[in-house]
Amino acid sequence: MLSVRDLKVSFQTEQGMVHAIDGVSFDVAEGEILGVVGESGSGKTVSLLAVMGLITDPNAVVEGSIRYQGRELVGLSSKEMRKLRGREIAMIFQDPMTALTPVYTIGWQIAEQIRAHEHISARAAEQRAIDLLAEVNIPNPAEAVNRYPHQLSGGMRQRAVIAMALSCNPSLLVADEPTTALDVTVQAQILDLVRKLQRNHRSAVVFITHDMGVIAEIADRVMVMYAGRIVERGSKRALFSEPLHPYTTALLDSIPPLEGPRPHRLTSIPGAPPALLNRPTGCAFAPRCRYRFEPCIHTPVLTRVGHDAACFRVNPP
Amino acid sequence: MLLAVLRRMGQMLFVMAGISLLVFLIFFATPGADPASRIAGRNASPAILEAVRISFGFDQPFYVQYAIMMKKIFITGDLTSFVNRGWKVVPAVLDTIPVTLSLVIGAAILWVIFGILIGTVAAATRGSWLDKFLMIIGLIGISMPVYWLGEVMNLVTQSRFHDTWMFSWVPPLGYKNLSSDPRGWFLTLIIPWITLAILYIGLYGRVLRANLIEAMQEDYVRTARAKGLSETRILLRHALRTSLISFVTLFGLDFGALVGGSALLTEVVFDLHGVGKLTYDALQNLDLPVIMTTVMYASFFVVLANALVDVVYIILDPRVRTA
Repeated sequence: MLSVRDLKVSFQTEQGMVHAIDGVSFDVAEGEILGVVGESGSGKTVSLLAVMGLITDPNAVVEGSIRYQGRELVGLSSKEMRKLRGREIAMIFQDPMTALTPVYTIGWQIAEQIRAHEHISARAAEQRAIDLLAEVNIPNPAEAVNRYPHQLSGGMRQRAVIAMALSCNPSLLVADEPTTALDVTVQAQILDLVRKLQRNHRSAVVFITHDMGVIAEIADRVMVMYAGRIVERGSKRALFSEPLHPYTTALLDSIPPLEGPRPHRLTSIPGAPPALLNRPTGCAFAPRCRYRFEPCIHTPVLTRVGHDAACFRVNPP
Repeated sequence: MLLAVLRRMGQMLFVMAGISLLVFLIFFATPGADPASRIAGRNASPAILEAVRISFGFDQPFYVQYAIMMKKIFITGDLTSFVNRGWKVVPAVLDTIPVTLSLVIGAAILWVIFGILIGTVAAATRGSWLDKFLMIIGLIGISMPVYWLGEVMNLVTQSRFHDTWMFSWVPPLGYKNLSSDPRGWFLTLIIPWITLAILYIGLYGRVLRANLIEAMQEDYVRTARAKGLSETRILLRHALRTSLISFVTLFGLDFGALVGGSALLTEVVFDLHGVGKLTYDALQNLDLPVIMTTVMYASFFVVLANALVDVVYIILDPRVRTA
């Protein structure tokens, strides 16, 4: 249903062009959960913001093709894009503390979205808001609609944000690190909720996170991003049992083991992600890679080797 | 919400009582000066001095003096000016209040409307020539001193172009009573309103624009965009609504100060006998009872304006209600 081809997002800065996304292609199928994982700055959020048409920076350039149910979204008028946003494609953001307008009740904010896309009465919209809050397991929904964001806890606010995202029954839900700002028990509840709602609404979900544990919990397919490119992509089972790219391996190694003695320090990846300005040619991960060899001065392409990976070690030149 | 409003009003009364005490102490308990001789004015005969001393209770302790003063201002209202022999101070101050209130409230309506309009349009068209034009106009408005602008306005509307079709409607300077001559009241005040408002329109427009642009970077605006709302709706219902909270703060401070006498220059230029003018005249001939009363009045208005701002806060910002 969503098909992204050769997406490039660059930002014009005083020092030159920064290529935040450098030729990313992926598909999302109906009803699946695609996990997108990577460090901060790997381009996972920017690529999905581009899909939403939410890159508002006047210095940004978006190139490539984003097709949603056969419709090209790149270059679509802002009015057409607005009709899709919130109705067909909805998004949940990272920090529920700041994602809601502080001066309106959550019921008002949910009804606002419904009424932006459907011609229904204020009363009917409020009733829908109550039903949605009940669906995301907010206790006492008839009372909760009249609550202001500051009167709810972080987990409750994130539920309200999710209810809002689901209010128009979107076929694609983009969740941008929805659990990062929450504590662990609430995280697990939110993950359960997202999975349950994804089943009930039969929406496809793109779940952005930097947490491999969350990916293992929720995703059907996984896409690993590094420095604005996809380095590995495959089903969760394949990727976890047989990681091909050294970066994926390193990410998996940094998860603390559940059994056995606790390691003195968690394994980490040496070095830091590369600056995206004036990026040298060649594999972006090479400077931090322990398997680096001569071919890595060239740029690897994503190739199918069991599942997809962009590494010369598994796909020799 | 009602409870919060009532509580705020209660605090207001408390602060007012404190201010009255403070003002009293400044004028009557400062060591080294005899308040009786100051009230009696220069060259007062010993008989008058003695009369003042007894009438204000200066031979008694401070708390009695304070009580007498408060009684004279608020209860009996028979505070008398000795500099302007026998002039009743309280009615004189009460007469000036409608003048100042008419001037300031009218100007405030103008500057709130146009300040919001300019700030919002400039923020919506950020970076365009319209934005730059509005901001330059705003800067010019801020830069023009009110006494100069007022005189230029008078020169144009009262003298040079008075006999043209444009300004023949402008009545001569002075204040007309609202109840007896509403049309005259309105016409005489139009030019003073505009003169006083121009500075604040520029100021408020620029501040609001900056606030709006900041608000448009907030996370909740991104959420509003993701909901598929139109840019106009996001700007007005989300960004402007939250920016108004700081706008109101600014308004309360300026409005209170103006009503409390800061509109003096405008009052003088347009020959409006308001509170500012009265205080100014009293300071000229050291008329202590008048100064005492107007200062008290001015501080009360600042406190009242601030209390009203807090009530508006409670309406605008749900986070304040529970606090």
